This record gives sequence, structure tokens and C-alpha cells, in this order.
Amino acid sequence: MRIPCPYCGERDLGEFTYGGDASKARPAHGSKGAKTWGDYVFVFENPKGPHVEYWQHTLGCRQWFKLKRDTSTNEILGMEQ
Amino acid sequence: MAKGYSVFSILKHALWPETVWPEAWRKAEPKPNYDIIIIGGGGHGLATAYYLAKNHGVKNIAVLEKSYIGSGNVGRNTTIIRSNYMLGANTAFFEKSMQMWEGLSQELGFNLMVSHRGQMVIGVSPGQMDGLARRGNTMRLNGIDAELFDRKEVEKELPYLDFSKEARFPIWGGLLQPRAGTVRHDAVAWGYARAASALGVDIIENCEVTGILKSGNRVTGVQTSRGKILSDKIGIAVAGHSSHVARMAGLKLPVESHLLQAFVTEPVKPMVHHVVSWGAELFYLSQSDKGGMVFGGHIDGFNNYTQRGQFTKVKEIMECAVTLIPFMARLRLLRHWAGIQDMTPDGSPFICTTPVDGLYLNGGWCYQGFKATPASGLTFAHTIAMNEAHELNKGYELDRLMNGAALDEHGTGLRDYRQ
Repeated sequence: MRIPCPYCGERDLGEFTYGGDASKARPAHGSKGAKTWGDYVFVFENPKGPHVEYWQHTLGCRQWFKLKRDTSTNEILGMEQ
Repeated sequence: MAKGYSVFSILKHALWPETVWPEAWRKAEPKPNYDIIIIGGGGHGLATAYYLAKNHGVKNIAVLEKSYIGSGNVGRNTTIIRSNYMLGANTAFFEKSMQMWEGLSQELGFNLMVSHRGQMVIGVSPGQMDGLARRGNTMRLNGIDAELFDRKEVEKELPYLDFSKEARFPIWGGLLQPRAGTVRHDAVAWGYARAASALGVDIIENCEVTGILKSGNRVTGVQTSRGKILSDKIGIAVAGHSSHVARMAGLKLPVESHLLQAFVTEPVKPMVHHVVSWGAELFYLSQSDKGGMVFGGHIDGFNNYTQRGQFTKVKEIMECAVTLIPFMARLRLLRHWAGIQDMTPDGSPFICTTPVDGLYLNGGWCYQGFKATPASGLTFAHTIAMNEAHELNKGYELDRLMNGAALDEHGTGLRDYRQ
């Protein structure tokens, strides 16, 4: 797989580090309830299809960015802000 | 249907090759309703159906497989069996599985080619040797075989490892479990399918579940590519796709799907007599009966349902192979493939009831599902039939992470959670 870095262009997967689901929102500071925090830490959306995720160009410009990828084909669907 | 295999039937088919071998299991058509539906015709699903029929007397069971029997992870693993686990529920569960492997060929009437060749875990630092000693002691206290080897003893048994002065990771010793080994994985799927079918289980291939039907909080059946099938008890055994199928019933799981690759080289003469695992990186290798080196490493590292591995990981695993076993540099790779794994935050599986009535989950195997197949089938069948956990899978509840009862087994689990 090749990943388009927003600064360096398309580079090999080996240069990047995966940072997980970028659509997961941390509960607001002070939120109550074990389930709210338990779900945030332990439960994964894990879709078979489009997934917005963090990547870091570790062996390049070291920029973190958001990428949209189809998990069933590895097709890159675009960059996210 | 095949009644049983014997030396006479083999001779008969050898002498008269034109006689057709009878099919090993019935090609069943879906009926409108069943007492229990198992989604997933892999090793775990078939074993569950077999033990439901055999131990709990359930007659009306369907196993729904989206492709053909043996197409998923039961035919994609590196065939290793072992029970060198250290934590709580894992130790007894995986040891039960090991004991079940020992008599399974006879029970199923199908040669699973169970080989107790032993697994040697190589330690590469004094700290790792302390860890291996502790693991070995825990195993022995639980009645499981384990022997600690020093460097000289390892060199005598496995002389082909890199014992040179230049070795990047000098070998300090190892922990051997003599009863560990390998099993022919296709035979496990075929053997369980045949035995389950003989007990009346309907094995329905090319039948993909596309929806789970519910009435209130209770399951009532499934929608499939071959029509609607009703049942008020449904077991999910689709590891790799657990999140995908559980979502059909409105459940979200502590599971992320990742790829694990496996490799086989061209065949060479017998050389590696054990299963070898390495402490410096996650790497494991054995030699198949055909002569090929069968090996694998860690997951690719990002969630994925493609069943296609990435080259970056191929390179890393080859580096591991050559660093530990220098002669591997001279072998050619024949094939490599990938399977989809359910990765859980603590690296341990789920065999449990779920918040949805009548829905049961078997998943989260974190690429250690194959060795667990018999015990997984046994305990999942018990969980479905009795609506409560068996003695051995009490630690594998869905809410264990929330309750602080994680089974944090070393060397596995979801990486981005751990970082």
C-alpha cells in the first residue's frame, strides 16, 4: 500500500506509523459513568468499509494527518481535515 | 456418506481408483428453522456444532458458512498447538484444548496428523530467561509439561540456529513444551464437519449471513444470501469478522480486525524437528511434513479486512527468519497469504453470552484460535446450550475489560491500545 502524505506526496507504507480511528471522540472532561469511558477505551467501530484514521509520516516529515481508507480494499478515499 | 475410514477402504480405493470416495459430509439445503444456528463454518463453528449434538443432544443445528469449508482462518494458520499460557483462565483452557487434541483423531475417525514435536521458545537475554523460567514454573504447577534449557542444551537440539559470536541476538536458552506441536489444519475442519454431519448437523456452504433478525431484545433468526432462516439461539463464530456480524444485531465489540501473514518455503530435507519461537521478535517456524518451512510473525499493524498482506511486513519477517536461522537466506519462498484476526485489547478471546438474548459470541482470538479449536467448541456449545459459561470459559466474558478482569497475556493483543 502507498499512502499520500500531504507534504511529501505518495510514499511506501513502511515510512508511516498507524495511529488508529480518528473519528473516535474523547468524552468531555469530567464526564461521568464507567460505560462512557469504558466504551471510549475498549470498544472499536471496526467498520468493513470507509474508515477515517490517523497516520504519521514517521520516516519523512513526521506530520500527523487524517486519511480516509476503505478497510475492505485498502483503497485510499481521500484526505480529511 | 462415508461410514468410516479403514485400511480396507483405503486399499479398495487404491486398487480400484475408479471407485469414487463418498462425500465426507452431506451438502445440506437450508431448512426454514433450526433450534440453533452457528454463523461461521470454520474450525470453531464446526466443533461447536459437533459438541452441541454430541454432548447436549441438540438435533436440529445449522452451520452457515459464507464460502466453502476450510476457506477461512482454519486453513490459513501455521498449524501450531501449545498450552504454554501463564494467566488465570488461559492456562486451564488451553491445556484442556491440548488434552483434547491428543485423542481427537480417534474420536472423529479422521487422521488429524497430530504431531507432538515440541515447541522451543528461544530466550535472548538473561531477563527473558527469568521470564521463561517463571512461565515454565507456572505451567508445571498446573500440571503442564515444560523444560528449561540453557544455551548448550539448545545448541545440541537446534544446532541450525545462529550461535555465532556475531549473532545480533545471542541465544541464552529456551523453554520447551514437549507435548506442543502441529496438527494438519484442513483435516480439523474436514474431521469436525464429517463428525457433525454424521450426528445430523446441517452444514450449509455458500450461505452468507446478511442480517440478524430480532424481536425486541431477542434474536429470531438470520437473513442470508439463501433466504431467511429462523432460530431463537444464534452463535457467532466468525473470528476476523466478529465486529461485522455483531453489528447486524446492534452490538459493538472490543475487537479490531487485523491481518496476519504466513509463509511457506520450497521443501527441503527434514531439518527443523520442533516448533521454534523467538523471544527477540514475534516469530515462529516449523517444518511441514512435505518439507517446507512454515512461519509467521506479527500482525500488519492497521485494521484491515482485505486478506492481502503488506510487503513491509514480508520484509520484516524475512529479516527475523534469517537473523535466527541463517540457512533461511538460501531458501526460496513458495507462497504467502494473510488471514483476518480479531484483535482484542488484552489479547484474550471471548466465549460468552451477549447483551442480546439468544445471541452468543465466540471471537477475539488474536491469531491464537487454531490451537484452541476443541476446547472452544466444547465450551461454546456448553454456553449456548446452558445459557451460561462452562467452568473453563468463565474468564472470557464480554465485560471483563470494563470490570478490570483483563487477561493481559504477553506477546499478543491489540498494539495501538497498548502504545
